[in-house]
Amino acid sequence: MTVGIVVFPGSNCDRDVKWALKDCLGIPADFLWHESRDLTKFDAIVLPGGFSYGDYLRCGAIARFAPVLDSLIDFVKNGGKVLGICNGFQVLTELGLLPGALTRNKDLHFICNTVDLSISSYRTDWFANYQFGENIKLPIAHGEGRYQCNSDTLKQLEDEDSIAIRYMNNPNGSMGDIAGITNKNGNVLGMMPHPERATDSLFGQIDGAKILKSLLSN
Amino acid sequence: MPNFHAKVFVSLRPSVLDPAGEAAKSAALRLGINGINKLRIGKSIELDITASSEEEAKNSVEVLSDRLLANPVIENWTFELHQSDLDSDI
Repeated sequence: MTVGIVVFPGSNCDRDVKWALKDCLGIPADFLWHESRDLTKFDAIVLPGGFSYGDYLRCGAIARFAPVLDSLIDFVKNGGKVLGICNGFQVLTELGLLPGALTRNKDLHFICNTVDLSISSYRTDWFANYQFGENIKLPIAHGEGRYQCNSDTLKQLEDEDSIAIRYMNNPNGSMGDIAGITNKNGNVLGMMPHPERATDSLFGQIDGAKILKSLLSN
Repeated sequence: MPNFHAKVFVSLRPSVLDPAGEAAKSAALRLGINGINKLRIGKSIELDITASSEEEAKNSVEVLSDRLLANPVIENWTFELHQSDLDSDI
């Protein structure tokens, strides 16, 4: 069982994710170059944070056309687990695997902070191992993390119980305080906070560990 | 084949907050320009394209605008297109 970590030109959290998975959690992980189309050796995929293709045009707009993402669509259709973190979440929305879009923070600031989050849905594997009603702390670091969608999409997300985590004190103006969502099947999670930066107690938080562990759990 | 020149304009949908536009609006006040009621920032993209007809060029620019240059979830787009071979100043 191995997790693939996609490396785009401009990804900068790819090595953090690998360190968190392998060194902190003992989960086998390997890099996956954006031009590769072969996902056969991987059981789950992470799209890491960073600035894929320099975030030119829009965050995730160019990355969406990377060859690896053609294969990712089939991977998701077959039930494979995919976690998009920060820029990875932006890529997933541009790709259409998750609804909505991430836009510029309400107050324009790039926000680098640790935030309190409430778990909104325990429906999927990603959060099934957290206590019911548990609030968690995770780091965020983004300039364009304001989740935006139309009211029909928001209602659909709520009806399908696909809003995974919400900000307790909305830092960026996201609709519905949304920090992370899943697809209807629950195998795709996109989130702005960085679980890989909260997997070692030396950093003060380990609330991200269970999310990463669920990449390979069924 | 004829050449065409297109200018694509991308703007945030009216329902989407434009914090950069709001910031520019407040800077306009500091510049001493009063009376600006609304200021929204978009993108302008210019491109040259060779196509067999104006219709084909139009179709290509439509796909390009809808699938790459703009994200229709949050943005609207329009474009102008004209045959550049006919420009007298080129």
